Amino acid sequence: MTDLVIIGGGPAGMSAALAAYESGIRDILILERDAALGGILQQCIHNGFGLHKFGQELTGPEYAWKYEKRVHELGIPYKLNTMVLDITYNKVITATNAEDGMFEIKAKAIILAMGCRERPKGALNIAGTRPAGIYSAGTAQKLVNIEGYMPGKNVVILGSGDIGLIMARRMTLEGAKVQAVCELMPYSGGLARNIEQCLNDFNIPLKLSHTVIEIHGKERLSGVTIAKVDDRRKPIMSTAEYIPCDTLLLSVGLIPENELSKSADIELSSVTGGAVVDQDRQTSVSGIFACGNVLHVHDLVDFVSDEAEIAGKCAAEYINGEKCSNISVNLKTDGRIRYTVPQRITQKKDITVYFRVSDVFRNVRINIKNGDKTVFSKKKNKVAPGEMESIQLKAELLDGVSELNLELEEV
Amino acid sequence: MTRELTCIVCPMGCGLKVELDNDKIVSVSGNTCPRGKQYAINECTDPQRTVTTTMRCDGGVVSVKTDHTISKDKIFECMTIINSYFAPLPIHIGDVIIKDIFGANIVATQNKEAAWTIN
Repeated sequence: MTDLVIIGGGPAGMSAALAAYESGIRDILILERDAALGGILQQCIHNGFGLHKFGQELTGPEYAWKYEKRVHELGIPYKLNTMVLDITYNKVITATNAEDGMFEIKAKAIILAMGCRERPKGALNIAGTRPAGIYSAGTAQKLVNIEGYMPGKNVVILGSGDIGLIMARRMTLEGAKVQAVCELMPYSGGLARNIEQCLNDFNIPLKLSHTVIEIHGKERLSGVTIAKVDDRRKPIMSTAEYIPCDTLLLSVGLIPENELSKSADIELSSVTGGAVVDQDRQTSVSGIFACGNVLHVHDLVDFVSDEAEIAGKCAAEYINGEKCSNISVNLKTDGRIRYTVPQRITQKKDITVYFRVSDVFRNVRINIKNGDKTVFSKKKNKVAPGEMESIQLKAELLDGVSELNLELEEV
Repeated sequence: MTRELTCIVCPMGCGLKVELDNDKIVSVSGNTCPRGKQYAINECTDPQRTVTTTMRCDGGVVSVKTDHTISKDKIFECMTIINSYFAPLPIHIGDVIIKDIFGANIVATQNKEAAWTIN
């Protein structure tokens, strides 16, 4: 029996492990699929990480090292190159690696920190051939930044998520020509700073309300046809334009990687793709916690670390038999606010509620309602789907309530 | 003349407005911190960027950066220099690999002990 098993050794897993250690748990094991700790940060070699947590602008590997160093110093055990195959409801983990073969571990508590993966082209329905030269932006990032290979010379990027924007700059720096970044929506899903420093700095056009409608090429990609879309996101065929290119990068969204959560019968949210959790990031299965991008896709790793600290500390409380619940409040949203994390509250205390919105809105109020009564309201100048928002929920608002509604009001 | 900028100092991405009178900065607004004001001033006089990239090493590449910002128009020259170098292993975060290119040192941002490992 192991006290705490953490699945995933990225920023969430390491941060959760350190927080659990600081809360007195010593019998910890991190299981990591890759050959090193650090997760996706190892390939995110650009800077901009850590401003909230460390007041410094770090690159991904530098941010990861802050945590990995502590893991080494404290002697927290981890296994690399280890693939978890299954988790059960009663917290039995089946994993495999070259050294131990297939093995089982029974845990008192589990923290899920598996991260997310990229939405593949198969989910996109683009007409045309299927030549080589089409990559997800993250795969291209790994090829360039870890393996040291350039996936192509003449590039079109579909989707303006942050990874797509970062790769537009990265490919340009290494000598490729990035023709355009096409974004289906009328706004970018990426951070404003990345549009500025990754596209505008290099005069790369961002074509909003545009998509790729056809892929051309036999063995290698020879070009793509792009077109403007109408307000129902249907291509306007008269605007079709052929762009010769040898590489198409897709940056069209991230999906929390929850196959293991499903095998443990954990309740998942259809909106986030991650588990439904309480304020401690405990899932519907008692003693199984989730944090980081496996729970919901974050915009900043700093918030992943914060969330993982909550999960680590609360998993420690669970193991020590200190975790208590005394209320049951469900947080509901109006659709314009797409989701909240946590989705339910089981303990009366001050809570930071994270949420994302469905569209770009200006001059709004975020209202929390108990029935028809507004119990909390906060003004925001601008909210956008690409950016995670948060509000502080005071403990006294939770008195005698079973449900609170989060609504976005335009003023 | 008014120049509108998006601040890149932190992920907030504030919209900045710079009032200019013949290239002289009259005022900066829209910033929520002093670093935003400084960014706006630099952007209108000598735009600066940090360069993050990789350098070849035994068995692959190691990630590196400029330890200070450099002039934006020197980015590609900086890349050419970095790509002409070969990083020695083992290498650790903060190790200076090239000194003083356009006022900055090129430092490692990754640990790499030997050709077959990342850390």
